[in-house]
Amino acid sequence: MTTIAVADAPVVQYALRLADNALVLGHRLSEWCGHGPMLEEDIALANIALDLIGQARALYAYAGAAEGEGRDEDQLAYLRDAGGYRNVLLVEQPNGDFAVTIARQFLYAAYQAPFWRALSGSRDGTLAAIAAKAEKEAAYHLRHAAEWLIRLGDGTAESHERTQAALDDLWMYTGELFEADAIERGLAERGVAVDPAAVRPEWDETVDRVLAEATLARPPDGWMQTGGRTGRHSEHLGYILAELQFLQRAYPGAKW
Amino acid sequence: MSEAIAQDDDVRERAWAAAAAVLDPEVPVLTIADLGVLRGVEVAADGAVEVAITPTYSGCPAMDMIALEVELALEKAGIPGRVRTVLSPAWTTDWMTEEGRRKLEDYGIAPPAPKASRRALFGIEAVACPRCGSADTEELAAFGSTACKALWRCRACREPFDEFKCL
Repeated sequence: MTTIAVADAPVVQYALRLADNALVLGHRLSEWCGHGPMLEEDIALANIALDLIGQARALYAYAGAAEGEGRDEDQLAYLRDAGGYRNVLLVEQPNGDFAVTIARQFLYAAYQAPFWRALSGSRDGTLAAIAAKAEKEAAYHLRHAAEWLIRLGDGTAESHERTQAALDDLWMYTGELFEADAIERGLAERGVAVDPAAVRPEWDETVDRVLAEATLARPPDGWMQTGGRTGRHSEHLGYILAELQFLQRAYPGAKW
Repeated sequence: MSEAIAQDDDVRERAWAAAAAVLDPEVPVLTIADLGVLRGVEVAADGAVEVAITPTYSGCPAMDMIALEVELALEKAGIPGRVRTVLSPAWTTDWMTEEGRRKLEDYGIAPPAPKASRRALFGIEAVACPRCGSADTEELAAFGSTACKALWRCRACREPFDEFKCL
């Protein structure tokens, strides 16, 4: 089985992280296709998945071009094993019930909206252009997730309980969103990347505001899980990749 | 030399005309020129014509189709060429021409709010019904039949309609 190792160049790794986040969450949301609680919601989740996979394609294409080894988006997506993936743990968590999906979607979109806005000011023209479009898509994703979170939290006793449980379970994956390592700090100093700590105040504000309206309690910051960006993933990613990569693994180089 | 430039101008013009006539496969009343997806036509160093297009929504599945249609249109016009995708500056609904907006409305799709404003993105928008013109409308679903559309309903004439979302 071919497994590629991607170059260590900071901008390549940075684009790869962003791409992996988008692809893995996009794949997760695509699992809802045909299973949504109602037609409009089925379509909404598929549309959001499509936005994310589109963002991933642009970012993989850029990572491949910046690496200069002639790899395209398909090779980067299909020929790395779980240990080579650099996404945060939050996006690979299972869909669970609708409350879990919405809680995960809200926590992530509340981060993405200010993150892409900040990155649209990057000195790297390609990252800035990808971010400028993704920012607006993320605004729709955030609006969608926030409206649902409020409806579920401030809904029935059952929906409230399930949504609170989902938030409590997912909270330990939110710390990783704001971690920065040497790659990010180095690129941020050059005005290429975003220091995730700069996004935190807006994330806190959005989370507090929406949770209050949803009559949900903000879980306390306890132990935070981490490791996705060094390739230490939960068991779930392997199952995602098994489905995502099956065709290229079984029939290497197969073309549509 | 000047003859070569004149020749380039001519082939550029013909290539633009061919590409500009390509229709959006999802909203087949709009050409890619109306949409603002067609960014430019250049003659590359190897003599081939290069048509630059830019994606609308990141994941718009119509982009591959549009690239193929442009290649086909060049082929039909007898112009050797290829398609290049440009990301910067990012496409917004402000790239849509006035004529494009009018065609959309005639087709029954409410055109996007101008100035791609954050207010529109956060739902503070008034969308007029493309059928009866009433402003008494409501959003049914923020995500519609394609990545670029939302589903609305007119309270005055009771007709549902698509809105081309502001991006």
